[in-house]
Amino acid sequence: MNRMKCRRCKAPAVVEVRRHNAAFCRDCFERHVRAQVVRAIEHYDMVGSDDRILVAVSGGKDSLALWDLLLDLGYRADGLYLGLGIGEYSSRSGDVVRAFASERDTRLIEVDLAGEYGFDVPTAGRKGSRSTCAVCGLAKRYVFNKAARDHGYDVIATGHNLDDEAATLLGNTLRWQTEYIARQFPVLPAEEGFVRKVKPLYRLSELETAAYAFLRGIDYVVEECPLVAGNTQLRYKDAMNQLESTSPGTKAQFFLSYLDRAAPLFATQDDAHLTACERCGQPTTARFCAFCRARAQILGERLAEPGVVGRPDEREVADLSEEVMPVELYGVNP
Amino acid sequence: MKVKLRNPDREVEVAGERKVHDLLGELGINPDTVLVIRERELLTREDRVREQDEIEVRPVISGGGGR
Repeated sequence: MNRMKCRRCKAPAVVEVRRHNAAFCRDCFERHVRAQVVRAIEHYDMVGSDDRILVAVSGGKDSLALWDLLLDLGYRADGLYLGLGIGEYSSRSGDVVRAFASERDTRLIEVDLAGEYGFDVPTAGRKGSRSTCAVCGLAKRYVFNKAARDHGYDVIATGHNLDDEAATLLGNTLRWQTEYIARQFPVLPAEEGFVRKVKPLYRLSELETAAYAFLRGIDYVVEECPLVAGNTQLRYKDAMNQLESTSPGTKAQFFLSYLDRAAPLFATQDDAHLTACERCGQPTTARFCAFCRARAQILGERLAEPGVVGRPDEREVADLSEEVMPVELYGVNP
Repeated sequence: MKVKLRNPDREVEVAGERKVHDLLGELGINPDTVLVIRERELLTREDRVREQDEIEVRPVISGGGGR
């Protein structure tokens, strides 16, 4: 049988990485993945050896692979799981994250969106003015930053991989959202209420993170979120994968070349002034942060009078339906 | 052979030995978007699958933002 051979040791290969024109056996593949993460961390000085890292874990392959890698590399990495209230999908996600933390005897912080903030993601999708995925992303970014501040972590690590970043860059480029493009970086430094955010998997494709999680015996949620079907990000990924199938390396070239050559051209002097949200104290460019505005809309509350429930007036509704300011999504410029 | 597909979970029967690459081609699946698993082992495109095999084709794509 003509099996592919490992590029390094010539043993039978189990994973092919076409953009590197290479295949690897199990041991050499795990070494390859670790090397890519170390390279990412060192290149952008993402974390120091004494930093306390909070890994945002969803139960999917990327975030659990990231947590596993950071622990394996000797970092002080705890997990943060946000319960989104998406039925059986969220139940299973919570179970695999708890099992992972228990097996590795490491700390897991849990936040329940409905318990803490009074709404879950399906409700937000029905009642809010943003799409389900948009409000879910907004809630995650808010809770990750708040939890990291509340518990004294130095850095938040997320499992965004090369495919995620290439698809996001494609979407932002198609619309020439230059402010968003300028902030799409593997590191966003701590500033004015924002904890440093890092993406140590940005050099690895989804195939690589999935293969790594599988080979490491990590039980992760294979099922896709039932609310995500047909979202824009998936369409961009599909387009990138079609290009990649005939020209391996397209995704890496697009995103990594952006970082090296184009990102400096988009870096602007950011004069956005951040203040504390009047309701929750988290950083914002407005009187109330985007999360509090969205939450008030979902719960039918008036923001100016905390705790008073009532229908928002037309002016508030118009304000709430505005797009979230990029700085609130991504933090300030690196 | 039995081929288990995911999202949504379903199973298809495919007759005859062939390369993984050919199997995926017949199913209309881009090899860069899935793990192909047999008996808890990963297969590459060049590996051959046999009549008696049970294969899982597991997608690697995940959507959503703000992960």
